[in-house]
Amino acid sequence: MTPDELRQIAETELESQKRFHHRVNVCVAAGCLSCQSQGVKDAFDKDIAQRGWGEHCQVKGVGCMGLCSEGPLVSTSPVLAPSERLYKSVAAADAGEILDSLEGPPVSRLHCPTDVPFFQRQKKIVLENSGVIDPDRIEDYIANEGYQGLIQALTEMSPREVVEQVMKSGLRGRGGAGYPTGLKWSTVSKSFGTRKFVICNADEGDPGAFMDRSVLESDPHRVLEGMLIAAYAVGASDGYIYVRAEYPLAIKRLRNAIRQAERAGLLGSDICGTRFSFKIDLRLGAGAFVCGEETALIASVEGKRGTPRPRPPYPAMEGLLGQPTLINNVETLANIPPIIRKGGDWYAQTGTEKSKGTKVFALAGRVQNTGLVEVPMGITLREMVFEIGGGIPDGRKFKAVQTGGPSGGCLPTETLDMPVDYESLARLGSIMGSGGMIVMDEDSCMVDVAKYFMDFCMTESCGKCTPCRVGTYQMHRILSAITDMTATPQDLAMLEEFCDLLRHTSLCGLGQSAPNPVVSTLKSFAAEYKAHIEDHKCPAGVCGKQPEGASE
Amino acid sequence: MLTFAKPVPPNEDKRWRLVDATMRRHGQQSRGLIEVLHTVQEAFGYLDDQSLRYVATSLRVPLSRAYGVATFYHFFTLKPAGKHTCVICMGTACYIKGAPQLLEAMHRDLGLVPGETTADGNVSLLTARCVGSCGLAPAVVCDQEVAGKVTPQILREHLSKWTRHDA
Repeated sequence: MTPDELRQIAETELESQKRFHHRVNVCVAAGCLSCQSQGVKDAFDKDIAQRGWGEHCQVKGVGCMGLCSEGPLVSTSPVLAPSERLYKSVAAADAGEILDSLEGPPVSRLHCPTDVPFFQRQKKIVLENSGVIDPDRIEDYIANEGYQGLIQALTEMSPREVVEQVMKSGLRGRGGAGYPTGLKWSTVSKSFGTRKFVICNADEGDPGAFMDRSVLESDPHRVLEGMLIAAYAVGASDGYIYVRAEYPLAIKRLRNAIRQAERAGLLGSDICGTRFSFKIDLRLGAGAFVCGEETALIASVEGKRGTPRPRPPYPAMEGLLGQPTLINNVETLANIPPIIRKGGDWYAQTGTEKSKGTKVFALAGRVQNTGLVEVPMGITLREMVFEIGGGIPDGRKFKAVQTGGPSGGCLPTETLDMPVDYESLARLGSIMGSGGMIVMDEDSCMVDVAKYFMDFCMTESCGKCTPCRVGTYQMHRILSAITDMTATPQDLAMLEEFCDLLRHTSLCGLGQSAPNPVVSTLKSFAAEYKAHIEDHKCPAGVCGKQPEGASE
Repeated sequence: MLTFAKPVPPNEDKRWRLVDATMRRHGQQSRGLIEVLHTVQEAFGYLDDQSLRYVATSLRVPLSRAYGVATFYHFFTLKPAGKHTCVICMGTACYIKGAPQLLEAMHRDLGLVPGETTADGNVSLLTARCVGSCGLAPAVVCDQEVAGKVTPQILREHLSKWTRHDA
């Protein structure tokens, strides 16, 4: 495919979309699909066929529109003068009414105003195409500037210039640790090997995080393009996407996207008439949280048990099959195409001094609006929870927000005015993590939450190193004793000692960060621990009535 | 030089062809082990002794490694599942929005704890780390279909459908 051919495809696609007067977008990402949005789309299709509006109105299945708790979501817009109307909780039976109202006022019963902070406070870079394009059609992606970054990189830039742009953008790894992406690329590009690999880490394991899944389901080509640009920059010939087997829809759309890109000559040999060749294959994860750690992930791609190994050597030097390997998270790669298209400087305008760009968060838990949001780095937690999230439902009181999953911490009310960026969260004893943000109200017991995460780490510990294997078990035992009201003050001292031990002696990030939920709750909610131990009471009224089998 | 003869499938079942195709796609290399086990589980529902032996010999890996991989990853199961499966999501959002109450209901109604199947082989109960439907917490996946904002009451209705149909 040449740049001209790409432009041709984009023009043809735009032309064919302009023939319609109205567009109806129905969300067919996993969240809305589980509320039967496929049936809603079918109803629209059927109704339009009956009215003979086939030439007049286009129905499109699109990716995630963000407000997952109100699904199925449908948006309508006149094609020539785009002014979007969003409808929530749409049922198949509502299709006719919505079609009747296209020219008139919206159906007020289902109308969902978009001039509220949930939509207005967002800034979309990664999710710019989510809810706009049909994830199953490469033409729609191309019509929205898709693969232009790749063509630009291949035809106008040297690999070194690509790395420089990424460095300039200040982009940092979105998987959790926040390592500068440009630096990683530069290391891999300088490493020597007979061949090099690019791996996309789509093993989104944090419970409560679904950003990567949403990107893969809503805009799979963006991830492929990011991988292609990365491969060109570092000189890799083969790529793998390591995706969770628990995401069947994402897998299906990725497979389809890879096939389309191959057919269009955007994957394979001599891409766009240059001498750059790259192919991508999927590897299905099989449910092991530790495989998010890069050396464990490599072991898993090699068909072995996913256990980490000591670093160095880092995968950038010796990774898959002993060759230099670049591993980036889905969201990191999804940021790459716009960075190349618009330049690193453009990207660096958004965000804070050390954390550039935007971050996608999965807002969930006890909050009015749950769903997917993309916000500029540096926004405060208060804005996230009370403006975007719409506050706590049922007049309850905010207690904490949990970020970073089992490796993160719980941030109390006092921290609400802190900006959300890598450094601030680390200072508060949490981490950015992959982007799960779970809001808790007064009904959640923080000791129970700490126990929940410790249970998770205990189950997910791969068992290779002793501090993690035995330490998580012992910590879980003590936390269970506390929630059973049988713990003593000595147990608490022991718990603190374990926190220190695991942090400093575990082999990989899983064990090193496993104490974080305990440390952060001990710091901010010490009174709750005390109430359990000394007064044998659970202030939130959660503990002491745990159902059997719940900690399985 | 030692020659290697690829073993023949354990029986006439046509599904072994799918397994063979996956092994071919990976050039019969041990690297493809996890992918091949995925295919076996997809085709047969679970990994039994016989299939693990066949895959291990075909890919020329020790049986201990195949078994090690099969038991390391949660996704693989060595036991056949029940006719219906009910997966309760235990992700953080679901946990704080009432997933433990759902487990309790399953335990009270059917006497099941996660990983078990009812004696008549009708319903299996599983838990998931996170099914990624956090916006709809608590989520339950009943026979591949995700249901959101589930209460014990809704879960009971679902289960009664299964038991009624099969009675």
